[in-house]
Amino acid sequence: MIQTIAFYLFAVLVIASAVMVITARNPVHSVLWLILAFFNAAGLMVLVGAEFIAMLLVIVYVGAVAVLFLFVVMMLDIDVASLRAGFVRNFPLGLVIALILLAELVLGIGAYRAGEIALGTPMVAAAAPVGASNTAAIGALLYSEYLFLFEAAGLILLVAMVGAIVLTHRPPKTVRGHQNISKQVRRTPEEATVMKRPNVGEGIEL
Amino acid sequence: MGYANSLYLTGAEIGLSLTGLVLLLVTAWTGRGAARAITIAAVAALFGALIFTGVLLDETMTGLAGRAFGDLFTVDAFSSLAKILIYVATIGCLILAPHYFERHGEYRGEYPVLILFNAVGMGMMVSATNLMTLYIGLEMSSLASYVLASFARSDTRSSEAGLKYFVLGGLASGIILYGISLVYGFSGTTSYDGIRLAFAAQFTTGAVFGMVFVLAGLAFKISAVPFHMWTPDVYEGAPTPVTTFFASAPKVAAVAMLVRIAFEPFGGETGGWQQIVVFAALASIVVGALGAIGQQSLKRLLAYSSINNVGFILIGLAAATLEGASAVLTYLAIYVFMTLGSFAALLILRDPEGDKLTTFADIAGLATRSPALAWSLLFLMFSLAGIPPLLGFYAKFVIFQAAVEADMIALAAIGIAASVIGAFYYIKFVKVMFFDDAVDTRRFHAPAGHWAVLAICVIVNSPLGYLLTPWFGRMADAAGLSLFAFA
Repeated sequence: MIQTIAFYLFAVLVIASAVMVITARNPVHSVLWLILAFFNAAGLMVLVGAEFIAMLLVIVYVGAVAVLFLFVVMMLDIDVASLRAGFVRNFPLGLVIALILLAELVLGIGAYRAGEIALGTPMVAAAAPVGASNTAAIGALLYSEYLFLFEAAGLILLVAMVGAIVLTHRPPKTVRGHQNISKQVRRTPEEATVMKRPNVGEGIEL
Repeated sequence: MGYANSLYLTGAEIGLSLTGLVLLLVTAWTGRGAARAITIAAVAALFGALIFTGVLLDETMTGLAGRAFGDLFTVDAFSSLAKILIYVATIGCLILAPHYFERHGEYRGEYPVLILFNAVGMGMMVSATNLMTLYIGLEMSSLASYVLASFARSDTRSSEAGLKYFVLGGLASGIILYGISLVYGFSGTTSYDGIRLAFAAQFTTGAVFGMVFVLAGLAFKISAVPFHMWTPDVYEGAPTPVTTFFASAPKVAAVAMLVRIAFEPFGGETGGWQQIVVFAALASIVVGALGAIGQQSLKRLLAYSSINNVGFILIGLAAATLEGASAVLTYLAIYVFMTLGSFAALLILRDPEGDKLTTFADIAGLATRSPALAWSLLFLMFSLAGIPPLLGFYAKFVIFQAAVEADMIALAAIGIAASVIGAFYYIKFVKVMFFDDAVDTRRFHAPAGHWAVLAICVIVNSPLGYLLTPWFGRMADAAGLSLFAFA
């Protein structure tokens, strides 16, 4: 009973916030609604027992992707009105694409249910240990069976980071002066200021 | 699980990665001044990997294969030989690099570091016996390549090349990944052996789709027609040392990976991929030969030449026999030296102000300005055209022999006819260099490293290279045999 209530709560909130993402006038609000949608999707994942994916949703999507979106939205000056202008004109095309996607989904799932698509049986070596939570199961495979690939994937990220820095980092042109505090403190009014009495109509030489 | 043997078999990759990491730290703290020293260290590391792989090749020549980390990584004669070619090509490219970039003050220590990580990725590609290893190796190599393509930041063409390569390369990776997901879905495993067993039991339409997607994505990576459109633009826009690299080492890695994936997981379904490869081979040969004719830019011309060469390599693959696999490796080895030599000559071609000379007009009358360079280019171009007694002829000879022995006489005949078309623009090089009048009579000054690379490539391509063929042929046969060990 409590699961059913929780499911409908999360499901309704996901759909409602997804609708708000595309209808909100302010792009920053859209991103915030998107974050709410991610949180509720994570809740749905917990309900089906995929707690690892729920964690990933929160950490990766909310923590990284959505924050990145926020930065992009705030830094770029997006004119929402001009984006909306083509909505009515492109609506029929969008509808056709949506219908095609729906048909593909129905056909695909229908063929699979009818046994038309015979999938391979998973290899035994990759099967999850019995009784472990799926976080533990993924960890056990990732750090033993696939250790080599895990390390290599880390190297890929390093290469990407090096690449980003190489292509964008420019060494600063001018070197900033260093502040010498003791020298500043040692200054006296006598040596720091000069009194002048310029004549009218003449310049002043320092 | 004991990791000792796995670590030993992946020694070259681990050594190169660790060297890359250390050099990255060194370059972060020393700045640009140490870039040349870092390049020398990277070359030394690649030499070490080369020797280590040579030892492994010696151990695996008898046909024994070593598996590391379950079935993720395989060391057999095929992978070791391909890696030796890759490391040799990479060393050549690193030697050619500093002089070019230093003129614009753009040489930085990250260049050799990225090349080292690229070499790690390429090693994983040729050793992969699991689709996941394949993909991770491919991405490591590709990501480093995108950065290298736009390494000359002040040059807008270089940035354009990098962006084009990145977008199209990302698309190709997506296609490969989609194919991999289909193959996994219909076979239940990503291991090459497992896929072969699963497909032998049941080869459904979905699996065919997966296979075609994987092959299409790989065809992009080796720039085979009809996925070649990016090649001339990227090769022309990227800095010349980077183009040298793209045309040599990653091409060897991608072709070797394609050969392994065709013979191992899809080896039972030869009929399924043979027609695709035959089409790609013929289309590449014809487009490569015809597309090069109108080009004025030498780099663009060499890009089309590489498309043309990929076509010949694919003929060997299309034969789908042991001789074909061995011929592919022989062709690749000779191709590496032809390409390295041609680009080394292009890098020597600069006027005294250091500006690059990259069109046919610039090499007019080269024979009077620098006879050594002109004669070297003559040797290389005749070799690329496949004119005996140069070694390029032997490369084409083994390929066509494999095709004829596999009863693909029509394929071989069209290939030979198209290679005559290709000979036109190679000989145009010679005509312009020897029979046109020189506009500029100044001489060239290039570092000794460039001349050394050029000299080695010319000697290998000269008739002296035939002395190496029995020795290399033995290794190539052992390598080909190791691909068929499973069957």
